[in-house]
Amino acid sequence: MPVLENIKIALQALNSNKLRAILTTLGIIIGVAAVVAVVSVVQGLSFMITSQLQEAGADFIIVVPNRPRGEAGEMLGRIELTYEDGLAVNEKAPEVKDFSPLLQRRATVKFSDEHTFTYILCTSASFQEINNHYVDRGRFLTKLDNDHRKKVCVLGTKVVEDLGIKGNPLGKGVSIRKLSFTIIGVLEERGQALGQNADDVCIIPFNTSRLLFGEEASRSLVLYFRAKSAENIDLAKEQITEVLRKQHSLKSGQPDDFLVLLQQDLLERINTILGSVTAVVAGIVGISLVVGGIGIMNIMLVSVTERTREIGIRKAVGAKRRDIIFQFLVEAIILSLVGGTIGIVFGYTLGVIVTRFIPQLPPAHVPLWAVGLGFGFSTLVGLFFGIYPAARAGKLDPIEALRYE
Amino acid sequence: MLINLSNINKIYKMGLTEIRAIDGVSMEVEPSEYIAIMGPSGSGKSTLMNLMGCLDTPTSGSYILNDMEIAHLDDDKLAEIRNKEIGFVFQTFNLLPRANALQNVELPLIYSNISARERRKRALHALEVVGLKDRVNHRPNELSGGERQRVAIARALVNSPSILLADEPTGNLDSKMGEEIMQVFDRLYEQKNTIIVVTHEEHIARHTKRVIKLLDGKIISDESQE
Repeated sequence: MPVLENIKIALQALNSNKLRAILTTLGIIIGVAAVVAVVSVVQGLSFMITSQLQEAGADFIIVVPNRPRGEAGEMLGRIELTYEDGLAVNEKAPEVKDFSPLLQRRATVKFSDEHTFTYILCTSASFQEINNHYVDRGRFLTKLDNDHRKKVCVLGTKVVEDLGIKGNPLGKGVSIRKLSFTIIGVLEERGQALGQNADDVCIIPFNTSRLLFGEEASRSLVLYFRAKSAENIDLAKEQITEVLRKQHSLKSGQPDDFLVLLQQDLLERINTILGSVTAVVAGIVGISLVVGGIGIMNIMLVSVTERTREIGIRKAVGAKRRDIIFQFLVEAIILSLVGGTIGIVFGYTLGVIVTRFIPQLPPAHVPLWAVGLGFGFSTLVGLFFGIYPAARAGKLDPIEALRYE
Repeated sequence: MLINLSNINKIYKMGLTEIRAIDGVSMEVEPSEYIAIMGPSGSGKSTLMNLMGCLDTPTSGSYILNDMEIAHLDDDKLAEIRNKEIGFVFQTFNLLPRANALQNVELPLIYSNISARERRKRALHALEVVGLKDRVNHRPNELSGGERQRVAIARALVNSPSILLADEPTGNLDSKMGEEIMQVFDRLYEQKNTIIVVTHEEHIARHTKRVIKLLDGKIISDESQE
């Protein structure tokens, strides 16, 4: 018997009982919708993080202070990373091209009557290349600004807006902790990133930061480096480690008191986290699909009983056991595929709504494999849970079935 | 010879007791015969019809249909034979309620892998033969009892089977409609179809040319009539 005939029969049967069909597939709908919604949000997140990290470039290296776990870590003294460490690396590690320190603090910036609480990034001239975020108007910090502890600042567009600065902001003055800074540049607009707004920043020369936050704050920095080439980035990492260990007078056997992060390490870490989130959700969804499948099996058993006479008629006119089995299997699969389709649409819509209402999240992104997975899973569920009812239908004795009232 | 039953037994076990529904029946049917099988309820006439219609297999004995031994075939082989050799007409019509007349008549053809176009052509022809050409798109619940039974006859005819088996075909119809249905069978007989009607009504049996009477699973008489 041709497949097309079976599909037609199944659609007819489902069509005559639409409400029941929809209620039956509710388990599948919810399961698939959940997986698609979560995947669409997680994938959107991962997509954004990945593209942002890649924007920063494959030659990008971050070093952060880090107390190693365990006893050896506790034996170490203060965990610090200083400007001098950075300079030493820049000087002694041949694979390192650029260096900039970063001290990040939150503070209030004032302009006439307006004020805003924002991130103060204290860094040096090469930061804009390393961070790949350039000025739109005016200029960035220079070496001179840093060396002379000039009280100048580069503002993000959000800060300009929040402070209500009208007209050309360049040359105007803002005050941070009662010190007055001259605006020398405005950054290009970047938008939301990883829950932090890249436009909500005020960048000042690193050396000037000592005036604001004191000497103590500048002893625990994040150091940004750039390798000479992306290919030799592992070599650069080795050299940085070697120089910093010497700087911190660590003996062999003592663990590093810092962490060198490469772009690819960051990507791997983030993908591991997002992967495990996806896996946990997939587990929950698996349970809901099983529940949905049992729902389908239940309703298929009812359907087989209800249509005992129909089965008898079909057998009397020549349907073989496998024709009947196939008919009910196709019906079960179509039932769960309908559920799967509704689930995918529903889940995607949910993902879009969630990401729209939570501004920190990037737009939902459904990869094709998630759609395939949704369809594949619902087909499997239909197949698996349809087998028993279909086999029961196929086994019916035609004489008994024809007599059934 | 079309049908040759020899020493057919059908025994049902009910706990410890055995019920001999068919007890050593032998009979022959030639092509283009018009036969009535009669007997009171419990005489085994339905069981005999199920056996001849390949819905059931005998406990022992031999059943040769069109030179083929049927008695020991498996379910799928029996289904194939029902599809090609047998046309059933039931007392309760047994049409698919959600399908229209045309779709109901096409049903046996679906299971013999005939193309949709050919199915439609043959089903329309069969409906024309039973005089329902203008009712093809009606569902069973939109048809009268007599019309329903004629759809069922068209379905039985559509695969050009060797035998038409009718089990009390007028049992659910009033006498006028019953008479109409028997006239359809009479016409089909004139067109050289082989027809076996199971009935307990004398006036139905009078349409046929040969009457076989059953009692307690045994043939008690087998007479030709004009």
